[in-house]
Amino acid sequence: MKEVIQDIIIRNSDDYIINMGPQHPSTHGVLRLELSLQGEKVKYVVPHIGYIHRGIEKMCERDTYQQIIHLTDRFDYLSAHMNNEAVCLNVENALEVEVPERVKYIRTILDELNRLASHQLWWCAFGMDLGALTTFFYGLRDREVILDIFEESFGSRLLHSFNTPGGLMHDIHPNFQKRTKEFIKYFRKKLPEYDQLLSNNVIFQMRTKGIGYMSKEVAISYGVTGPSGRASGFSCDVRKNHPYSAYDKVDFKEILDTTGDTFTRYKLRIAEMWESMNIIEQLIDNIPEGDYTAKMKPIIKLPVGEYYQRVETSRGEMGVFIISDGNKFPVRVKFRTPNFANLFVLNKIGSGNKIADIVAISGSLDLVIPDIDR
Amino acid sequence: MTNDQLKEKISEWVSGIEFPENKQYLEVLVPANSLKKLAELLHNTPETDFDYLISLSGVDYVSHLAVVYHLESTSHKHFLVMKVKTEDRENPNFDTVNEIWRTAEWYEREVFDMFGIKFNNHPDLRRLLMDDDWVGFPLRKDYKDEIKMIER
Amino acid sequence: MDFNIYDFTSFTKWVDNALNSSMSPLLAIIIELIIIGLVFLLFYAIVGLLLVYAERKVCAVIQNRYGPNRVGPFGIFQTIADLIKLLMKELINIKHADNFLFNLAPFIVIIASFMAIAALPFAKGLQAIDFNIGIFYLFAVSSLGVIGILLAGWSSNSKYSLIGAIRSGAQVISYELSVGLSLLAIVVFAGTMQLSGIIESQADGWWIIKGHFPALVAFVIFLIASTAETNRGPFDLAEAESELTAGFHTEYSGIKFAFFFLAEYMNMFIVASIAATMFLGGWMPFHIAGWDGMNAIMDYVPPIVWFFGKTIFVILMMMWFKWTFPRLRIDQLLNLEWKYLLPLNLMNIVLVAFIVLMGWYIK
Repeated sequence: MKEVIQDIIIRNSDDYIINMGPQHPSTHGVLRLELSLQGEKVKYVVPHIGYIHRGIEKMCERDTYQQIIHLTDRFDYLSAHMNNEAVCLNVENALEVEVPERVKYIRTILDELNRLASHQLWWCAFGMDLGALTTFFYGLRDREVILDIFEESFGSRLLHSFNTPGGLMHDIHPNFQKRTKEFIKYFRKKLPEYDQLLSNNVIFQMRTKGIGYMSKEVAISYGVTGPSGRASGFSCDVRKNHPYSAYDKVDFKEILDTTGDTFTRYKLRIAEMWESMNIIEQLIDNIPEGDYTAKMKPIIKLPVGEYYQRVETSRGEMGVFIISDGNKFPVRVKFRTPNFANLFVLNKIGSGNKIADIVAISGSLDLVIPDIDR
Repeated sequence: MTNDQLKEKISEWVSGIEFPENKQYLEVLVPANSLKKLAELLHNTPETDFDYLISLSGVDYVSHLAVVYHLESTSHKHFLVMKVKTEDRENPNFDTVNEIWRTAEWYEREVFDMFGIKFNNHPDLRRLLMDDDWVGFPLRKDYKDEIKMIER
Repeated sequence: MDFNIYDFTSFTKWVDNALNSSMSPLLAIIIELIIIGLVFLLFYAIVGLLLVYAERKVCAVIQNRYGPNRVGPFGIFQTIADLIKLLMKELINIKHADNFLFNLAPFIVIIASFMAIAALPFAKGLQAIDFNIGIFYLFAVSSLGVIGILLAGWSSNSKYSLIGAIRSGAQVISYELSVGLSLLAIVVFAGTMQLSGIIESQADGWWIIKGHFPALVAFVIFLIASTAETNRGPFDLAEAESELTAGFHTEYSGIKFAFFFLAEYMNMFIVASIAATMFLGGWMPFHIAGWDGMNAIMDYVPPIVWFFGKTIFVILMMMWFKWTFPRLRIDQLLNLEWKYLLPLNLMNIVLVAFIVLMGWYIK
């Protein structure tokens, strides 16, 4: 028998309750955490969500597959490209369309660029959560370079619905390869600054080491994926386990650690940034010539059936479950978003710590609230 | 384990199992009363070891309501879709699996919120995304809201 | 007594004599008090505004950006514009708040910092009142401010405020010990508690140089503890933006908020000037015993410049801390004080006493 995992919430009428959020600087959005306090110590954390619920799953039922792409940007707006890709891959697999190699390469590069941008913003915000305000500007300085590359190629900096079933909306900008290479060169110099400013700081290490320990069993049982799960030793990298796009053509490591505390989750994301740069460097010079999209019908009708596709976003595993009845609108679309599962582990790993630790732990889980509420 | 071995194993454990056609993965349709038994067996048996519940979704097939469990084993890397359905639209209920996969607690709350499917023995079955006083279950096909929804 | 433009004693004497000869002594004292009050009020406002501006510019430099640069040349009028904005903002009344205490709290905070300026020696003779227990007075007054913070947190009927206030109370009370003990090391060196006496004792070298190792330890401890006492980062747990939104002044708006804000900066100025006075010689120029030529050149720099130069140096250090370090957690903060700084400090004092007894400091 396996060990039974539970988290315990015992409510008393005389609990000292603090509502962190929906408007609060450290919840990164409209999330409400109900904290029960004993002095500085937190007895339990109950997350309340739904403040930014837009009913995207319901909206998908009256949209064509091309339209759904544009809704997926709005889940985890920091990994918009990966969310698009999940739907595109699902539709392509269902139709059994073979997309050109060029598309696969470009998609993979964009995935990793997007992951870098997302991790940079996470780093800014994590420093802010812990009170180191300068990190914010260091991270944004570097993220700006990526967003400029995006802007040049897609005309949009954040929510670039660049993927479309069958390929890409249009070809990449001629400068794309040059600027990406310049960025990698630049960021290889700048990333050690992150360690100098924050990682090696004694106070930072005191605040994060040994805080919010999550075991591998807990991570699996709660479905915590992405860097947070991998920091606990849960090998959940979809890129490695179920390769899609051009991930089977690149040589990269799945970074795993078993310490499972806040500091490990932090270090793992920094390590992932190095790995992302490796992946981009392997691909950027080898983008094959060819079409930027496969031939697709203007109206996409999926064959009757149920389809599931998973991709790795910057926060974990994103899954798209489509049920089609052969019409141009899906019957049901379910999005398995990484943050939904990641958020609810907060009570398990957070209760018993101090208020300040809850901020650190929720920061290290890298929550994006629209991704939770959908 | 390959899909065929899994099929064999599962039909040994529980009677009344169906295996619907699916191109991508193995799908299992479980009778509602043996859902929990199968879930526990899948999770606890070392050969199957489905310890990771990827996703739990409610589906309204119009003729019936269903809950779909996407399962994966982190050690054996095999993948399984478990399905359970009911034709009762007034008072649908299934057993909860939240003691087996903790993440199910909140997925089940979401399914309750959106489809009105109740889960027996669930510790905290409240609406998750919608307001507590919301009327109706939005993701059901027969849900109507003249003000907020645009029909096509 | 020869006239020296850098010595304000004769100037203040002259003002005193002029007033006393033209009116009754009582009226003269009242007028003197009013003059001093007005001068300090003006000083307080100017220093407060300049410090806010300086902090913005310093943090901008640290963070790779420009900082305020729109209002006036280099944005120097930005803080004035902000002040006008704060003055014109609505004062929100909190329901179920203890209104009397709620309104009283910002005044207590600001008065406590105001009182401390009175004992600061800006230059020779430029000191409102030269107590013979000046250091004690400064301790006493600077720890009054925490009463205001506790009142603010308690009376605003908000849980965030209350937690912030209680954190602040625990923090200020424990770090007060370290501030006191580290200053006591210099008192032992100087043999007096009078601020002017302490400065005179540094005529042949500052205590941080003369007192070598133990003075340096005391200086570092004082810097840490005084940063904590003024509730500045990395010890800004009372405000802790990411945890408690704004801590004890969450519910304050308009000019009442501005009072807390100004008091924070003034407290920073006060502790910096105490550090400058005690460890870095106050307005005393940089002297090395025996090097008469250099000492004479140093004397040409006015004492006011020496005083403010040293104070600004300490202030810049405190700003540097704030903008690079993450915030500590409350238990780590108290651990740091009770387990590390306090024992170290006590040992340091014993060491200082021993050194003074044996005369091992640089004379």
